[in-house]
Amino acid sequence: MMSGARILLECLLRENVDCIFGYPGGVTLPLYDAMYDHAIRHVLVRHEQNACFAAEGYARSTGKVGVCCATSGPGATNLVTGLVDAMMDSIPVVALTGQVSTKLIGSDAFQEADTFGITRSCTKHNFLVKTIADLPQAIHEAFYIASSGRPGPVLVDIPKDVFQAQAHYSPVSSIHLPGYKVIVEGHAGQIRRAAQMMWDAERPLVYAGGGIVAADASAELRELVETLDTPAVTTLMGLGILPSAHPNFISMPGMHGSYAANMAMTQCDLLIALGTRFDDRVTGRLSAFAPKAKVIHVDIDPAEIGKNRAADLPIVGDVKKVLAKLNRNLKELAAEAGSKNESSRQSWGRQVREWKQEHPLTPEISQEEIKPQHLMREIDRLSGGRAIVASDVGQHQMWAAQFIRFDEPRLWLNSGGLGSMGFGLPAAIGAQFARPDKLVFAIVGDGGFQMSIPELATIVNHSLPVKIIIMNNGYLGMVRQWQELFYNNRLSAVELSSFPDVTKLAGAYGFKGRTVERPSELSSALEEAVREPGPYLLNVRVTPFENVYPMVPAGAAIHEMVLGPPQPVTA
Amino acid sequence: MLQIISLLVENKPGSLMRITGLLSARAYNIESLTVARTLDPELSRMSIVVDVEPHLRSQVIKQMNKLINVLQATDLTDSPAVCRDMALMRIKAPLANRTAILKEAEIFGARVVDQSTEGFALEATGDPEKLDEFIDVMRGYGDIDVIRSGSVAVSLETKKLRLSPPVPRGGGNPAREEEPVESK
Ligand SMILES: Cc1ncc(C[n+]2csc(CCOP(=O)(O)OP(=O)(O)O)c2C)c(N)n1
Ligand SMILES: [Mg+2]
Repeated sequence: MMSGARILLECLLRENVDCIFGYPGGVTLPLYDAMYDHAIRHVLVRHEQNACFAAEGYARSTGKVGVCCATSGPGATNLVTGLVDAMMDSIPVVALTGQVSTKLIGSDAFQEADTFGITRSCTKHNFLVKTIADLPQAIHEAFYIASSGRPGPVLVDIPKDVFQAQAHYSPVSSIHLPGYKVIVEGHAGQIRRAAQMMWDAERPLVYAGGGIVAADASAELRELVETLDTPAVTTLMGLGILPSAHPNFISMPGMHGSYAANMAMTQCDLLIALGTRFDDRVTGRLSAFAPKAKVIHVDIDPAEIGKNRAADLPIVGDVKKVLAKLNRNLKELAAEAGSKNESSRQSWGRQVREWKQEHPLTPEISQEEIKPQHLMREIDRLSGGRAIVASDVGQHQMWAAQFIRFDEPRLWLNSGGLGSMGFGLPAAIGAQFARPDKLVFAIVGDGGFQMSIPELATIVNHSLPVKIIIMNNGYLGMVRQWQELFYNNRLSAVELSSFPDVTKLAGAYGFKGRTVERPSELSSALEEAVREPGPYLLNVRVTPFENVYPMVPAGAAIHEMVLGPPQPVTA
Repeated sequence: MLQIISLLVENKPGSLMRITGLLSARAYNIESLTVARTLDPELSRMSIVVDVEPHLRSQVIKQMNKLINVLQATDLTDSPAVCRDMALMRIKAPLANRTAILKEAEIFGARVVDQSTEGFALEATGDPEKLDEFIDVMRGYGDIDVIRSGSVAVSLETKKLRLSPPVPRGGGNPAREEEPVESK
C-alpha cells in the first residue's frame, strides 16, 4: 500500500521529472512529507507565480515538461498568471495544486478556492482528482496532454484526503482520451500542392514562429529556406530557429520588427507561415497585412488556421513532419526542372538584401551615456549566440530581441503572448536548473526586476550562477514611450524612483552586485559578471528617454512603421 | 446569426463548464443549450444555439473540438437536420375563448396537459419558428406564461451522427489524413 502523495511522486518519476518548483501549505503537507525522503528534487521559490514561471523556464529551455506545485486557495490563485503565460506561448507545464479534503469541497472551507473553475480558461485541460484510484491516470494524462499536439499547461487539483488515502499502486499502461485528437501527419496532397506553390512563387517569404521550437524543426526549416533560397523572418517566439547570421534571415517582423522583415511581409506574393499564429503584434492592421500574398499556413492546431488570416492552402500537422515532406517534394521539383521564375526570384532576393542594408538594426552608441542598444550589443558579444537569455517585458525585451543573436532555439526565453512582467528572473532560474552548464542571463527592466526581487533568495540558496542584468532607465519605459508618443508626453505613474542600491541589495542576499553608468565601464563590468562563478547583479543605468524603433503605431499597417524619432525640421 | 451546434461530450464533471466557459471567453452569446445522456451513459449530447458572426462559425467549431472532453462538434446550421423546441405554456382565458384555444392547439398539434377554472396548461413541440408563431397566436387569447426547452437538433446525415468515439479507445492517436480545412 502507498499513500496518494507517494503514488503521485512515483508517477512523476515515471514521467522523468527531476525537479519541481513549488511552495508548500496546509493541504499539501502530506505531499511535502512524502517528498522529504524522495529522489525528486523540490525547489522552494518565494512566490507561487515564480514557481510557474520557473517551470516555464525549465520547459522553454529544454522542451521537457516543467512542473510546479502550490497549495490550495492563495497558492493556486498565485499560479494563474504563469498558467495563462504558458497557455499563450504553448509551453508544456504541469501544475499540481492541493485542494481541501473532498468532504469539505463546496463548504467555503479554510483556503478553499474553486481552482478547477478558476483555471478552466488558463489551461489546455485540468483535472480535479476525487479519489486515489483516479490519481495515476490523471497525472499521466496531464503529462500527455501538456506535451503532445500543441503543448500547453495542464493543472491537476488534488484534495488533501486523496494525498492521505492508501492504495495499491499499479503503473498505468495506457491512457484514455477519446476526445483528444492530434493530427500529426500533414495531408500529402496539400503538401504537394504547397511545394508547387512555393516553386512557382516569384516573391516567397518564410514566416516561422514558436511552433518550430515546439516541434524541434529548426533543421527542417533551414533546409526549406536553403532549398528555396527564400528570405525568412522569425517571430519573437521563434528567435534562434535560424542561425542569426544565416544569409536569408532578415530578423523579426511586427511592431518592433526590422524594416526588411516588415517590407518583405508587405511585398511578398507567397507567405509561408510555419508554426505561427498571425498575432496582432506581428500583423499590425490585419486588412493591410501581406496584401499581395497567397498564404500557406502549417499548424498543428486547426483552430489557428483561418483564425486571423484566411489561408489559401492550409496544412494541419506537426510542422517537423510536414517540413520533411515538403523538402522531399521540393527536391523532386528541383530535379525535374529549374525554377521558371529564376530572374524574378533573384531580383526579389536583391530587393530584400537592399531593404536590409537600407535600414539595418544598428545599435546607438554614445560616449557619455550608456544606450540600451549598446548594452544589448555587449551582452551579445559575450553570448556569441550561445547563452540563454531570459528576458522580462518592456523596452529592454524588444532591444534584447533586436540586438542579441541566437544561433539555436531554446536560448531566447520571453513572455511573448501574455507579455507578463516578472517573467524574466524566475524563468532564468528554471533554465539554469535545467541546463546547469549554460551561461544564463536574466535581462530585466528596473520595473520588472522589482516584481521578482524575492527570488534572489532562491538564486542564492541554490548557488545558481545567473547573471542578472538590469537595464535601468528609471521608468516603466515601454509605457512611458507610449505616453510620450501618443499621450502628449503626459508621463503618468511611470517614474520609478527609490530604486535600491544593488550592491547593498545583492550584498544583503550574500552575493555580488554593482552599478555602472559610464559607457567605458560597460564591457569590463559585464565581463566581470560573467567571470564570477556565482550569481551577479549588474545594474546598468541607461539613457532614460530612449524609444524602441522601428515602431508600428497601433492600428497602422506594418510597412507604415516609424523608423526613428522625429527629426528636427530643416527649413 | 444563429448557429446550431451539436456536441458529443464525455459525461465528466466540468464538461459543461468548459463548453460554456469557452463560449463566454470568446464573447459568443448562448441562445439556448440542452444536455442529456446518450445511449452510452458515458457520453452526453448537447445542442447549443449561439449567436455568432457568420465568419466566426468555423472558429467556434474548431475551438469546441479542441476541448479534451468533446468527442465531436458539428455545425448543423446549414446541413440537413431536424431541430425541435418544446414549450410548456399556461394560458389564462375567459370561458368564451376556450373553444377557440382548443381549436388552435389542435391545429398546431399542442396537447392540453392540465386544465382548471382559470385556463389551460399546454405542451407544444415544434420547429423553433413555428413555436414562436404558436406562442404569438396564444397571446391573443389571454395572459400566458411560457417555458421553453431550447432547441435539440439531430443531423440527418449519417456520417455526422457519430454515436461512438471517433478515435479508438485506449489512447493513441492514429495519424489520419484529414480533409483540407476550408478557408474562410
Ligand atoms: C504584470 C504586468 N503589469 C503591467 C504591464 C504593462 N507594462 C508593459 S511594459 C511595462 C514597463 C516595464 O518597465 P520596466 O520593467 O522598467 O522595463 P522597460 O520598459 O523600462 O525596459 C509595463 C508596466 C505588464 N506587461 N505586465
Ligand atoms: Mg525601466
